Amino acid sequence: MIEQLPVLVIVIPLMAAPLFVLIGNRKLVLLLTQLVCWTVFGITVSLLSRMQYGPISYELGGWPSPYGIVYNVDYLSAFVMLFVSGLGAIVITYAPKSVEREVHHSKHSLFYASYLLCMTGLLGMCITGDLFNVFVFLEISSLSSYALISLGKTRRAPLAALHYLIIGTVGATFFLIGIGLLYQMTGTLNMADIASRLQAVESSRTMLVAFAFMTVGLFIKMAVFPLHTWLPNAYTYAPSVVTCFIAATATKVSVYAFIRLIYVIFTPQFAFERLPLDSALMAFSLVGIFVASVAAIYQTNIKRLLAYSSVAQIGYMLLGISMSNVGGLTAGITHMFNHALIKGGLFMVVGCFALRIGSLKLEDLRGAGKTMPLTSFAWVVGGLGLIGVPMTAGFVSKWLLLTSALSLELWPVAVLMLLSSLLAVVYIWRVVEILYFSPASHLAKTAKEAPMAMLIPTYIVIGSTIVFGCWTVYSAGIAHAAAESLLGITQMGGVQ
Amino acid sequence: MNSFPIIRVITKLLIPYILLFGLYVQFHGDFGPGGGFQAGVIFAAALILYGLVYGLPAVHKVAPPKVIEKLTALGLLVYAGTGLACMLLGGNFLDYDVLKHGILTENHFLPEGQHLGIFLVELGVGITVTAVMTMIFYAFAGRERVTS
Repeated sequence: MIEQLPVLVIVIPLMAAPLFVLIGNRKLVLLLTQLVCWTVFGITVSLLSRMQYGPISYELGGWPSPYGIVYNVDYLSAFVMLFVSGLGAIVITYAPKSVEREVHHSKHSLFYASYLLCMTGLLGMCITGDLFNVFVFLEISSLSSYALISLGKTRRAPLAALHYLIIGTVGATFFLIGIGLLYQMTGTLNMADIASRLQAVESSRTMLVAFAFMTVGLFIKMAVFPLHTWLPNAYTYAPSVVTCFIAATATKVSVYAFIRLIYVIFTPQFAFERLPLDSALMAFSLVGIFVASVAAIYQTNIKRLLAYSSVAQIGYMLLGISMSNVGGLTAGITHMFNHALIKGGLFMVVGCFALRIGSLKLEDLRGAGKTMPLTSFAWVVGGLGLIGVPMTAGFVSKWLLLTSALSLELWPVAVLMLLSSLLAVVYIWRVVEILYFSPASHLAKTAKEAPMAMLIPTYIVIGSTIVFGCWTVYSAGIAHAAAESLLGITQMGGVQ
Repeated sequence: MNSFPIIRVITKLLIPYILLFGLYVQFHGDFGPGGGFQAGVIFAAALILYGLVYGLPAVHKVAPPKVIEKLTALGLLVYAGTGLACMLLGGNFLDYDVLKHGILTENHFLPEGQHLGIFLVELGVGITVTAVMTMIFYAFAGRERVTS
């Protein structure tokens, strides 16, 4: 059974979802969802722990590699799958009370089925070694997230979902056009096979067009600055639980696909030396960091504030990727993990406020620090992580990014990065001030502390941002191993 | 549509053949052109035609929305269940070679191995596509008209 683990990661949630539609009993479905999510998390842990013996590949249907679909597990994919399934599991443990309040009862079993499908899609994008399969899983995760977002309480939720659907479909179509062009040139869909055949093809115009389409398609899915317009509304109007999960995982998996695209299929030489993608990425990410951070400062809704901050944080990941050395790539991958924890945790805090206060406007949250002290304190800790204060996870990734920028002598980038952290201080502090130092609003005055069933998972995630701020063997260590194997540096030994 | 007897009679004449053709495309798909997706669409076309001509309540009697909703999930389960069965029999996921049973297999009377696998998988696809197509029709046809 051990050798079947790579496919079980996908098959278990994929089969559970239709089963839930058949069962239809919401209590049972909830229990099974939690069971499935934790099982999948267990499998990803065991997959990652087996990485020290080298990468695993699994042939679906027993068809050998370039002809059939293969699933590849290496450090990078195992690491991304680990935090996707881990956050999926912890968020679903946190979910019941919030979903009870925000989603209509008749939709619960479909809600949980969509949640699992979304997770299947994200995990599938990580594990598959077949380019067309990436597109299929991208669509599975996107379609289910459109459905999940549209279940939000207000009438603006379906509109936000439709907006996301239209833009997201454009992104997915661009990605598909790119795949089609690559297939036309190489006659294969297997990523490793495409990579080896592309070396023979001197960069033709088709290859350029394919690369451009795929890059722009993924930029839309990642919500890179000028293409981010779908994200704030989608995150703001989705049910809290959905925002926690999607904000923590979905954009990171697209970043993962982008890393694969550049470092496995097209080479960094092609992307960064023949084409000026590195300077373009750097410009996009720096402008994005500043514009989105400033936009976050002016928001009046706490969820929208975090959504803009997510757009900014994607910039840091891309900045790391654009440096194209082990240090930068390590920083980018570490930040994917750290930001998933931090933003997942912060959105979980917001979910607690949504449950007890019922409004997410900053003016209604005034003085909530007195009535909801534990929830508010979680915001402070998570916020410190987002800013990048030492001893928090955010500091680790920003430090790695900074040292990498300095080693490449990118002084302006280093200075701008530090300045942008100050903007994060402003928008996080603004909320802290409202929570602790403002006269209480009438909604906050009567609010109760969030239930333990939600606070404990929130504190596990928020606490882990401190843990991974001090102890980086399993975050930056694995990211380093992943970066080395991507850049083709043979690594000796296991983690570190 | 009550006042169009010709349309009603022709529809009744056509529907059995559409269904039969759907089944042909489904089950002959592993030898000729066709397969689960096309067959599902053809099969659903018969249901939709019936709904268009005889009205939504009539087609709801033939294919209740509740059942259709469950069928969308069932088809997917048939597909994935085939894969799971292959794993339980010792192969990889969807490795049909292990689907051997040895009952009435002379002259390919009953399929086995790759043939049986693709047959079951396409059946799953057919069920889901039929159900989804019908469901889309129900969703649009069942919308109440906004009176201004």
